[in-house]
Amino acid sequence: MSMPVVSLKGITKSYGTIQVLRDVSLDVEAGEVVAVIGRSGSGKSTMLRCINGLESIQGGTITVAGHVVTQTAKQLRELRREVGMVFQSFNLFPHLTVEQNISLAPRIAKKMAAEQARGIACRVLEQVGLSEKIDAYPQQLSGGQQQRVAIARSLAMEPKVMLFDEVTSALDPELTGEVLKVMEQLAERGMTMVVVTHEMGFARHVADNVVFMHKGTVWEQGTAEVFFDSPRTPELQQFLRSSKVK
Amino acid sequence: MIHQFGIHDILYLLSGAGWTLILSAVTMIGGGMIGFCVALMRISSSHVLHGIAVVYIELIQSTPVLMVVFLVYFGPGIFGIELPKFPAAALALVVYSSAFFAEIWRGAIQSVPRPQWEASSALALTWLQQLRYVILPQAVRVSLPPTVGFMVQVVKNTSVTSIVGFVDVSRAGQLISNATFQPFRVYLWVAAIYFVICYPMSVISRRIERKFNVRR
Repeated sequence: MSMPVVSLKGITKSYGTIQVLRDVSLDVEAGEVVAVIGRSGSGKSTMLRCINGLESIQGGTITVAGHVVTQTAKQLRELRREVGMVFQSFNLFPHLTVEQNISLAPRIAKKMAAEQARGIACRVLEQVGLSEKIDAYPQQLSGGQQQRVAIARSLAMEPKVMLFDEVTSALDPELTGEVLKVMEQLAERGMTMVVVTHEMGFARHVADNVVFMHKGTVWEQGTAEVFFDSPRTPELQQFLRSSKVK
Repeated sequence: MIHQFGIHDILYLLSGAGWTLILSAVTMIGGGMIGFCVALMRISSSHVLHGIAVVYIELIQSTPVLMVVFLVYFGPGIFGIELPKFPAAALALVVYSSAFFAEIWRGAIQSVPRPQWEASSALALTWLQQLRYVILPQAVRVSLPPTVGFMVQVVKNTSVTSIVGFVDVSRAGQLISNATFQPFRVYLWVAAIYFVICYPMSVISRRIERKFNVRR
């Protein structure tokens, strides 16, 4: 197999005396979709945020698309050009239109001409089905639409991997669907994705591999079918039971 | 030398008012520029820059503006340098106002939610680019009303420089009052001139505030 796009080896992280990540190792191959599930506080979001250096780590190494995650600002920026990130709270820039939100990073971080950046904005907006909202401001959009714009904003940087941090947790069930659909289409197009989620349906049907985080470490992982149909550890069995009830 | 308060005196007051305006403008521009840099130092991740900014702000905010004026005016005398009145007055007010501008803008910048920094850094923007394109445009809205409000304070605070003999509108009033023995009439004029300068600024400040409150 080729070199993984994302590779975590023995990651440890603590806030003071509280260890939030212990010896986390994970490989994500090109074109693979990995869903990360687990209880709140299991370290899944923290792990995701380590991948693009939003959180620092105390031990281990993270490699993304050939870049080693370090803390020098310049190297981090080079890495972040290759890594898209979508947040739970959308985090669109409220003072900019949809188009400006999307074209900002290509223009500023990649020094792209305005016209070319606009072209990219049109393309990625079409991809998330929001072409008609190009001149709208974020607050004029529904939560689901805002999140799709946030996905488009990440896509505009043409990332090699995309990180999704509980991107539907702030949305109504009906809006969740439209965002998941966009993510599913991305997966079909071969995007490499790491998806921290509570959506078991998405994990089961879209992800190639599923990771169960528990007590700050990768407790169990496997292909979607094996993972859901024959979980090995009692912790995962219990977690799957409790999340089915919901 | 006693004379009746007349048109000459009004003209003299107006020329003093001109100096008040010039001193105010210099203070706002100079204090604004230094204040902006100090605000950036205060939010920077460098402990040294942050520390310098905090000490600077605390020191000046805890000192009466009158003392800042005295220190700047009389301080250089120790080294045998005599600062002319206008540069001394301007320097003192620039230093004084910069600490307040810095705190106003630091607060405005920090009012922009943390995730805006995260989202823009995840998009590979540098710290300065984040500030320029994402954070400051949002901070400016928050900072406008208190900034204009403080500018009104700056105009009124220029009166303290009359104590070292700088002939602003207050000092002009004092001189005329001494010559005419009509202090009430003179200072009524002085107060009216301050009002004419400051009231429009207050109105503008309130308008800006309303405009941005509606938009939110």
